[in-house]
Amino acid sequence: MIEISHVNKWYSPSFQVLKDCTTSVAKGEVVVVCGPSGSGKSTLIKCVNALEPFQDGAITIDGLKVNDPKTDLPKLRSRVGMVFQHFELFPHLKIIDNLCLAQQKVLGRGQEEATAKGMKLLERVGLKEQAQKFPAQLSGGQQQRVAIARALAMDPIAMLFDEPTSALDPEMISEVLDVMVDLAREGMTMMVVTHEMGFARKVAHRVIFMDRGEIVEDAKKEDFFGQPRSERAQQFLSKILSH
Amino acid sequence: MNYTWNWHIFLEPNPTGAGTYFDMLLAGLKVTIVTSLTAWVIALICGTIVGILRTLPSKLAGWIGFAYVEFFRNMPLLVQLFLWFFVLPELLPRTIGLWLKQMPNAPFYTAAVGIGLFMSARVAVQLAAGIGSLPRGQKMAATALGLTTLQAYRYVLLPMAFRIILPPLTSEFLNTVKNSAVAITIGLIELTGAARAMQEFSFQVFEAFSAATLMYLVINIIVVIGMRLLERAVAIPGYITGK
Repeated sequence: MIEISHVNKWYSPSFQVLKDCTTSVAKGEVVVVCGPSGSGKSTLIKCVNALEPFQDGAITIDGLKVNDPKTDLPKLRSRVGMVFQHFELFPHLKIIDNLCLAQQKVLGRGQEEATAKGMKLLERVGLKEQAQKFPAQLSGGQQQRVAIARALAMDPIAMLFDEPTSALDPEMISEVLDVMVDLAREGMTMMVVTHEMGFARKVAHRVIFMDRGEIVEDAKKEDFFGQPRSERAQQFLSKILSH
Repeated sequence: MNYTWNWHIFLEPNPTGAGTYFDMLLAGLKVTIVTSLTAWVIALICGTIVGILRTLPSKLAGWIGFAYVEFFRNMPLLVQLFLWFFVLPELLPRTIGLWLKQMPNAPFYTAAVGIGLFMSARVAVQLAAGIGSLPRGQKMAATALGLTTLQAYRYVLLPMAFRIILPPLTSEFLNTVKNSAVAITIGLIELTGAARAMQEFSFQVFEAFSAATLMYLVINIIVVIGMRLLERAVAIPGYITGK
């Protein structure tokens, strides 16, 4: 579904953020990307739907090359859902309108169809009652669930999560993870940048460990948590799993 | 000081034969209002386009926006009006120049466009700052949903940016009204021009300009109240100034 091959990215000639990154996410697969901050994991996931440009290498989604000028990027992006660390709901739109905007403007759905779809998804994330409120009136956890529903409203073929729980209070993390776990179990193709190792253990098929712009470890979940091959990954795991 | 106050002067007939001196001031007031509103609409339209250009990732767009703003804000308004009114028709091919000079209401059009362009540079800078103050993730979220750049601006960035810059925009609106007085120098009989004419015909300079001052004050108070009402009408529940 998502093929990333030999991707290199420089912010400046002397600063390389991604070094020869190669990996893939198969249909229905859940891949967790972890690593210390500054390791390039957020940058990598943003390259997947071309929110960040990269200079070298190739990424294809469902056979379409992301870094090909001929690719209709808006159309491609509309088929890949993305959830951000800071939710990024549109503050001037009601919750239901947040879910309808792209359905109507990008997919060309009618008001009624979009609203029906939106309400169904809000019900699914347990926020049907909040439909007429504005984002600022919701808690962080609720906003992130709305953001997931907003992405799902586009009927995506894959979902990208960029540290979806990092900006949340501890007690709100689980309500967001629950939604994600359900999604994973339904067979959604997911690429998730996160430090939530509990989530990785529960639903991930593979875990990618990044450090200084490189993919250091790309292993099956069992292998990664059992005995990571690289010392750097072992250190990282011991630090975040020790408490 | 040897000055005879005569507040009845407003009710006396003016030398143009069309009504009283008060009617003369009212006619000037009308010109001021029409000129200011036209200039403000031009300022908003051009300012919005240039403000957007300044925030686009394209270097060329940024450069055009930069050149536009620096051209219009670094010259005194008076000089700009002279430039458009006296110099421009001479620089253009003869027929077009002649057509410009013979245009009826030339002072009005020159003033409206000249003041509008002058103010548009200021609107552009403020709008660019407003867009820049939005979290970077907003544009990313809109893009990730498949919205085109134009759609992202239209439905996501501009609605928020304009709400944020409404208070400073109020000041710019007031400045537009006040700057319309400069148009007297190219022969537009707006409020200041009418007061000046009344002074010349009647020698009651203080009465004439007291009345003009009051009228400017009233227009601007109406503008302030109107903008306040607008701010309140578009406030977002739960967000900064919203309730």
